[in-house]
Amino acid sequence: MAFQGTKINPRRFHRSQIKFYAILIPLALFMSLPIIFIFMNAFKPPNELFAFPPRIFVRNPTWDNFKALFNTVTQSGIPVSRYLFNSLLISLLTVMATILVGTAAGYVLSKKQFRLKKLLFEINTLALMFVPIAVMIPRYIIIARTGLVDSFLVHILPNLAMPVGLFLVKQFIDQIPDSLIEAAKLDGANDWFIYGKIILPLTKPAIATIAILSFQTAWSSVEASNFYINQESLKNFAYYMSTLTSSTSAIAGQGVAAAAGLIMFLPSLVIFIFTQSKVMNTMAHSGIK
Amino acid sequence: MAFLGPYAVIFTIFIIVPIIIAVLLSFTNFNTIQFPDFVGLKNYISLFTYDDVFMQYVLPNTIKFALIVGPLGYALSFFLAWMLAQIPRVPRTILALIIYSPSMTVGVAMQVIWLTIFSGDKSGYLNSLLMNLGLINQPVQWLQSPQYLMITMIIVTLWSSMGVGFLAMLAGVLNTDPELYEAGYVDGISKRWQEIFYITVPLMKPQMLFGAVMSVVSTFQAGYIGVLLSGSNPTPQYAGQLIVNHIEDYGFLRYEMGYAATISVVLLLMIWISSKFVWSIFGERE
Repeated sequence: MAFQGTKINPRRFHRSQIKFYAILIPLALFMSLPIIFIFMNAFKPPNELFAFPPRIFVRNPTWDNFKALFNTVTQSGIPVSRYLFNSLLISLLTVMATILVGTAAGYVLSKKQFRLKKLLFEINTLALMFVPIAVMIPRYIIIARTGLVDSFLVHILPNLAMPVGLFLVKQFIDQIPDSLIEAAKLDGANDWFIYGKIILPLTKPAIATIAILSFQTAWSSVEASNFYINQESLKNFAYYMSTLTSSTSAIAGQGVAAAAGLIMFLPSLVIFIFTQSKVMNTMAHSGIK
Repeated sequence: MAFLGPYAVIFTIFIIVPIIIAVLLSFTNFNTIQFPDFVGLKNYISLFTYDDVFMQYVLPNTIKFALIVGPLGYALSFFLAWMLAQIPRVPRTILALIIYSPSMTVGVAMQVIWLTIFSGDKSGYLNSLLMNLGLINQPVQWLQSPQYLMITMIIVTLWSSMGVGFLAMLAGVLNTDPELYEAGYVDGISKRWQEIFYITVPLMKPQMLFGAVMSVVSTFQAGYIGVLLSGSNPTPQYAGQLIVNHIEDYGFLRYEMGYAATISVVLLLMIWISSKFVWSIFGERE
């Protein structure tokens, strides 16, 4: 055959792939630079942080930045570990609740027959374009009216309806055969049984995907702490992080900020490494048809 | 229906109702203390006729930023996905992870690193590197000078734009049917670009559309980057002022909520029009 073009998902290395590596590897290195920086800076002692000329790699790594970070007590008397604890709790609750709310809605929109079903899903698809910051003012008004200001729930509730999450889950549930559910119904299973014993176990890849997406939102969001919460002890770590960088003039500040930045970044990375094959599996059904 | 309930309620309260309130408020004058009074189209007229900052800086900046970051980030996502799909599994997974990882670092976490890399004195990493290479003589104020702030914002945003859309497109290319390529060769396809345009892209249209919508949204949402990098709202001489910052400026700094809501509605319309546009390219025709 004269022309041999794209070979999708090859099994092993072939000379024709060299051109792709030649582009991909340098680009990946370039893209990973800032992440390497954050790892390096977090472990640099002050004399290396402010060395001139600046050096990327750390020579004498130290935990000092992390110790300094955790020994910090803010002006209002809140230890840093408190912000971190808030963030962990917020993220955990948000992820669990988003999964429950999203998969339950996905089950109905995928497997139930009722009028408006198509319309509801189309509204959700339209909401993929929704940008929360565009409506921060009305959201503020609603949150103030519902008495959620200064409540822990304000970190969690507004993020529970995640249009991308529902979209991916519904597309994923679509490929669970209806016959499976029919068979369970004949055996006398009710909705709770079908949801808990059939839908949830078969939707694991999609669940992993919503988990990581909602974790990233919850872990890095400063919206609630900035606008809806006045009480210091209820704010999250991302918020504390943002106060650090706005006052980096302090000598040790940069190292501490880098250590905090690493704490912000690492959990998402670790979760993604463990879930990546499931995420890719979900993404295969992500198309908008 | 107990299953759909929680999602529907939260979706309504935090997505639908805010959009309705924004549209209603945009026709009023509202200072957060008194009850909003109806002013008709006055806010819209002011926005496009009196608001010099909006017309001179915010709108051109937003359009420039969106037109560069959106298509470029999207094209880059596609070609990276396309190349990754053609190498074996293990190196693909590692490289995809590296390329995806910047998008996990949204916002505050990376601010500290960008501030050190683009720092305006000669000990900033980029200045130091460029001075060593002899490309510049004086340190460049990447973040504070109006001339460079925009380009720095574009680079930083592009760096972190290989997100969910990129993963969807990678999965899309991987799932294209090899037999259709063979059939294409028989039908006389003999160049890579023909293959991409006539086989790969049509086969993965749904993923292309999903990726495009994600890219439109993240582009318009990236508004905070200018404020994070320069450390102030408004940004120096409004050089990095995007529509999202203009909303915050009027809403939370000046408490002109009606006017801020008007800007929000304009932003939502811009996103909607852009998405309509990508829909018309990749959407299934019925």
